[in-house]
Amino acid sequence: MRTVKSSFKFKGGVHPAYHKELARGKAIERMPVPAELAISMSQHLGAPAKCIVKAGDYVRRGQLIGERNGFISVSVRASADGLVKAVEKRIGASGQYADSVIIDTTATAPEAAPSAEAFALKPIAWRSATREELLQRIEEAGISGMGGAGFPTVVKLSPPPNKRCEYLIVNGAECEPYLTADFRLMLERADRIRAGVEIMRKILGHPAVRIAVEANKPEAVVALEKAFADIEGNVEIVILPVLYPQGSEKHQIYATVGRIVPEPPQLPIDVGCVVENVGTVAAIADAVEKGECLVERITTVSGDVVNEPKNILAPVGVKYSDLVAFAGGTSAAPVKVISGGTMMGFAVSTLEIATTKTTSGILLLSEKSVFQFTSQPCINCGRCLRACPMRLNPAAISKAVEADDVATAERAHVMSCIECGACSFVCPAHRTITQFCRRAKSSIRARIAAEKARAAEASAKKESSK
Amino acid sequence: MVVAVLSIAFIGFAAAVLLAFADKFLSVREDPRIGLITAALPGANCGGCGFPGCDGYARALVAGTAPNGACAAGGGECAKAVAEILGVAATATEKRVALVKCCGSRSEAIRIGDYNGICDCNVAAATAGGDKGCVYGCLGYGACANVCPKGAISISDGLAKVDKRLCIGCGKCVSACPRRIIALVPASASIHVLCSNPEKGPEVRKVCGVGCIGCRLCERNSGGKEAGHFEFAGFLAKVNYSNPPFDSQIVSKCPAKCISEDPHTGSGH
Repeated sequence: MRTVKSSFKFKGGVHPAYHKELARGKAIERMPVPAELAISMSQHLGAPAKCIVKAGDYVRRGQLIGERNGFISVSVRASADGLVKAVEKRIGASGQYADSVIIDTTATAPEAAPSAEAFALKPIAWRSATREELLQRIEEAGISGMGGAGFPTVVKLSPPPNKRCEYLIVNGAECEPYLTADFRLMLERADRIRAGVEIMRKILGHPAVRIAVEANKPEAVVALEKAFADIEGNVEIVILPVLYPQGSEKHQIYATVGRIVPEPPQLPIDVGCVVENVGTVAAIADAVEKGECLVERITTVSGDVVNEPKNILAPVGVKYSDLVAFAGGTSAAPVKVISGGTMMGFAVSTLEIATTKTTSGILLLSEKSVFQFTSQPCINCGRCLRACPMRLNPAAISKAVEADDVATAERAHVMSCIECGACSFVCPAHRTITQFCRRAKSSIRARIAAEKARAAEASAKKESSK
Repeated sequence: MVVAVLSIAFIGFAAAVLLAFADKFLSVREDPRIGLITAALPGANCGGCGFPGCDGYARALVAGTAPNGACAAGGGECAKAVAEILGVAATATEKRVALVKCCGSRSEAIRIGDYNGICDCNVAAATAGGDKGCVYGCLGYGACANVCPKGAISISDGLAKVDKRLCIGCGKCVSACPRRIIALVPASASIHVLCSNPEKGPEVRKVCGVGCIGCRLCERNSGGKEAGHFEFAGFLAKVNYSNPPFDSQIVSKCPAKCISEDPHTGSGH
């Protein structure tokens, strides 16, 4: 094991004000289970889980309440004991409605209810376990990426047989402003990350391991060095320069091993890499070694109107309002509430939204920290071109989308956009460039889906006429 | 000189003969009815019938692959003319126009946030669910107005309104609306329920001052359930467009003020 400095620096990127000092010194605190939980069936990328409980059922912590529904999907488990009050549509942070299981945790368990032990998973001695057993456990525990996108971990860890994983990259960059959840995890639970790395190494056929940490987290590097001191094999802790979006999968791969992921639909595995967030790695260790499902996560509650910014370990499905109350409430009414980080997070209009497996932070900001703007026409200054880490031309894309010309945006490779927000951040005309890119991407995706459906229909017609 | 004149004359003659033969043996005879039907159609090329323009629809009509009366813009008159050309019996179709089933303007409906992103309903709806408190309400960012081929939809006070006189009923706005609150209704109907929120009264009241609370007063004032002028879905009144009401008393007696008489011409409340 050795610690090295990254020798690859990507072009572009920005330096937003980090404001990490608000919560970085606060140890992880476990929050008591609130009176009501709302567990969404759509906490991950891909098809929502199929709800298998109904109102009136009594569920135990760790009990399966949503079944994996298709290949790109993840199962969902209950985060606490309680009575299912209802299964209804609730709004999520991104503005989409999803089926949610509402659990009343104050209800007493009926005598007929099965005991908690009936649903507990047994710890696995992973050194002697097979790859399939480990993968099955990760699937059972409902683990999806905890960095933000929520990609199903099982899918990532089972690459197609013709592709080999050469590098396992553990993402501890946490480049989003305000967020310190991953930092505290690396500091306090480095041993869990080590266990997770060893388990994943076994699943992926012993690739080399790179643990990426941004240079502004020296304490985390020390903690990781201590935990990984006696590990065997090719393991390196790579210190990355402080630059947003260093935590993006593609940029992390470039910064650690110098490889470039080609345009979509190519994936990191096409250049022999698998990237997992530190939170996911620790969750895998807990699921395998302790038999704990992914039913709680660390969320940073921060911002300048929060009385006591904190890193809170809370059950999945707790309402934002409960989390904020646990962080001492607010000193003034927030002007803006963001789910996630300030760069890629979603602004939300209510605190009655429940957390998911991907909620890394909740930021409540005062008028002082929020910039009110009006978009103006592009002045062709080219700052977004310099800032774009994917080396696209955001100005051209935004102008094309503004004129409803998605085809031009597609020719300008808008599908490669990672929606990091660097272009909007630097734009002196305050154009919502990232939103334009997102709009183009969604309409291109819709078109591709429609084309596929039409092709499938045509081939089905051909079949039936034969 | 003579050689040049003769050779040009010969080439000209040969080409004329060739063309005359080509006209006789290679010409493609187009059904004259296609041209006649294209002329009878409105020529808006709106695509509402599902075919590429009026010419495409005319070809499909002559080929017998399209039903007569699919042209919403032309309505019954047009269908009659087409039936005459095709020599079949005319089917009666009534002209239909688009209706935005929401009347929660900026002053009446509660906004839960300040949205200053791209001016498009679909994008706004994908940003924290939109800035309108009522999730069934018109966002007012003009996704429908942008697709309208006739410019019949205008946005005022955060609300889309359809001008009945300009609307050709092509239905493009119906599929453009992310909230799915635009419907095609018979142009002859004059009384409409301008709300799409099926929640209970108190829930509706929380987000909008002019939302339907499901009190069923409109049904009672129009002759009761037997008269069948209104239908109810959850706590939302809906006009039964196969038997629409015409009594303007219903409008003034609606306590929620969400029933309107002919909003198309902007004479709402």
